[in-house]
Amino acid sequence: MSMVTTYLSWALLVLGGFLCVSGSVGLLRFPDFFTRMHAASVTDTLATGMILVGLMLQAPTWIVFGKLVMILVFVLLTSPTAGHALAKAALHSGLKPLLPGKGGKIDADPRPSAGGV
Amino acid sequence: MKIQTLSLTLLLIIFWLLNSGLFKPLIFILGAFSVVLVLFISSRMKVIDEESQPLHLTKNIPAYYAWLLKELVMSNIKVVSTIWQGHLQLQPALTTIKMDHLSDMGKVIYANSISLTPGTVTTDVTENSITVHALDKSSITDIQSGAMEARVRKLDN
Repeated sequence: MSMVTTYLSWALLVLGGFLCVSGSVGLLRFPDFFTRMHAASVTDTLATGMILVGLMLQAPTWIVFGKLVMILVFVLLTSPTAGHALAKAALHSGLKPLLPGKGGKIDADPRPSAGGV
Repeated sequence: MKIQTLSLTLLLIIFWLLNSGLFKPLIFILGAFSVVLVLFISSRMKVIDEESQPLHLTKNIPAYYAWLLKELVMSNIKVVSTIWQGHLQLQPALTTIKMDHLSDMGKVIYANSISLTPGTVTTDVTENSITVHALDKSSITDIQSGAMEARVRKLDN
């Protein structure tokens, strides 16, 4: 029992860590504010969720477990609200999202000024 | 006493006990005092109602959460594979999508669910439409198919 939960917990923690890194890489690679926000929301949702569930499996008492559940609920309720506020504020203050033409794609890779975050 | 008052009281007691984790008489007295104080302030502010305590959703919300979790995992996989793809080619889109006959609570749940799933974010909500920015055009088509809207409407009834 404890062996299985330990392995499961570590699998979730490692996967959550990988998703956190993915979110950061996306944040650096994507071309504009709005697309970068989508990358950040990976970190907000599944990465945080997996790390917290992984920690819940190792919780020594029900109090700790309950606190972790409260953190998860809080993050899942506030992160979309904050994301919406950010996107709306950006649009209303005149930031235009980068959009492709009809049927075209944005070739975002060969960036002229790489690394400027 | 309204059912909302009762649920808020229970919620506050659980919240206090979980956060303190100490089961001593002094802490209990302080907790009871805090709960009563919060209840008094909330009732004076007239915020104890169906909006702050949407108890009518309790019956249908577990099924919706299960479905949303599945969607969440799917869209996370999609965005992460976009992030790691060798040559980055994106088709972002900003579109206004019609929606009809959702209650205020339904609109909030709908817009928040769209923002919560990676790859889509709601930028504006009006009386009968939402504006969505998506990392890929296909996500817009998925929302336009109305699967999520139908789920939210079912949740509300």
